[in-house]
Amino acid sequence: MNDAAIEVRGFSQYFGPVRRLNSLDLDVRRNEILGIIGPARSGKSTFLCALNRLNDLIRGSRVEGTIAIDGRDIYAPDVDVAELRRKLGMVFATPVPLPRSIYENVAFGARLAGTRGRTGLDALVRDGLEKSGLWEEVMDRLGTSGQKLSGGQQQRLCLARILAVKPEFILLDEPTSGLDPISTMKIEESLRKLKKDYTIILVTNNTKQAARVADRTAFFLNGDLVEVGPTADIFTAPSDKRTDDYLRGRFG
Amino acid sequence: MKRLGPRVEQKVAQTTLWVMTLVTVGVLLFIIFFVLRRGLPVLSLEFLTANPADMGKAGGIFSTIVGMAALTLLAILIAAPLGVGTAIYLTEYTWGGPLTRVIRFGAECLAGIPSIIFGLFGFILFVTKLRFGWSILSGGLTLAFMLLPTIIRTSEEAIKSVPPAYRTVSFSLGSTKWQTVTRVVLPSALPGIATGIVLSIGRSIGETAATIFTAGSALRLPTSIFSSTRTMSVHFYILAREGISMSNAYGTAAVLIIAILGINILTYYLMNRFIKKYS
Repeated sequence: MNDAAIEVRGFSQYFGPVRRLNSLDLDVRRNEILGIIGPARSGKSTFLCALNRLNDLIRGSRVEGTIAIDGRDIYAPDVDVAELRRKLGMVFATPVPLPRSIYENVAFGARLAGTRGRTGLDALVRDGLEKSGLWEEVMDRLGTSGQKLSGGQQQRLCLARILAVKPEFILLDEPTSGLDPISTMKIEESLRKLKKDYTIILVTNNTKQAARVADRTAFFLNGDLVEVGPTADIFTAPSDKRTDDYLRGRFG
Repeated sequence: MKRLGPRVEQKVAQTTLWVMTLVTVGVLLFIIFFVLRRGLPVLSLEFLTANPADMGKAGGIFSTIVGMAALTLLAILIAAPLGVGTAIYLTEYTWGGPLTRVIRFGAECLAGIPSIIFGLFGFILFVTKLRFGWSILSGGLTLAFMLLPTIIRTSEEAIKSVPPAYRTVSFSLGSTKWQTVTRVVLPSALPGIATGIVLSIGRSIGETAATIFTAGSALRLPTSIFSSTRTMSVHFYILAREGISMSNAYGTAAVLIIAILGINILTYYLMNRFIKKYS
């Protein structure tokens, strides 16, 4: 039985005439953390945004090939994009709490999904904040603005916000690039715990982070997937010379 | 000429800018003082609550306050939804192509048309062609068209200043475009939109040329939107121009100024409360 949760086949992403992803083939397995590394503008983030179709928001976006999630082509015309995006929660490089209270930030997605009633929302908010490790710090001030939290807390708030929508997948786009080491450690800790229930794709500029938390790691370069394999293999015995060069800091 | 040292230059610049600010504020205060000094002695409860008598030589200005409020209310009720809707469409639902630019350019041109032309247009279209007569309806519609460009423009700016990341986050959490607009974009843009609407209220309260042609100058208390009415600005114009009563003219002007100040202060108060609540 094929345990691939996401199957990418011959997938290319264009913006106008420019091709940013070149015919990718990649499987993402259920309940793994897939690390994606690569230099700036290698297509890592574009790939994440292809999975939840956020690229649709950019003018001139066009795709070739297929991405199947749970066996369904997500670019098929009858796909409900809002529903798809609820299935793949995304955390961005810069934490962006909406100008609302902590509670309302976490409840935002759940409300969109149609959850009504105080008790249901309360439970989702608490659950999300607990899983992202923020509950202890904010439980007595859920009514204050989410924008008043520290950077690391904001990023965990963003994580809680997507967990409250009950996604299957968590997409992280350099989630710790703006955070201090302790906040980074807390996020990585949460990810290890979350792996049990979610499939996680972690784009990171920090190769050591991939080495620390990813089960498998993929290396992107100029829109190509150079190689993908168990993290230990990629870091100790990469099969492609470009991967080796990148990891040794020869470019990127 | 010898160049000034940076420290002297800094002092000169600061002083010049300070004087400029002083002149601006001074002129404003002078106008307010000038009008209020002549107008305030006329003001009394009776002046505000009695209808004008003897062409405005005696009595108060009650019917003109009602006329002004009715016209402004009608104009805003029409222009605000139309203008904000247009602004949302232009900023959120188009990619900014040539059509958008044409619409935006058209709206900007509309803003530059003198109000008396709007008055003439309103007179021909609403008063005569559509047979609404000199009425609150004709005046309100004409004012609404006149206010639209301001409301579109300020709303557009307010909507554009909402960080794009808010939209991305909202979409990524599974919202539709409409949900993003109503739950994320509009609440953040509301203070800016409200400012535009308040500016429009001020402009419509002060408007004379467009309303005298379309709402007429009847002194009777209006009974329906088909009644002709006289706004405070028109009342002031007629009292002063025909030399009916200068003291009542200044009284009217004083009420106008106080009304505009009051509306501005109230709006800023409400807006501050709103901003505090949401951030």
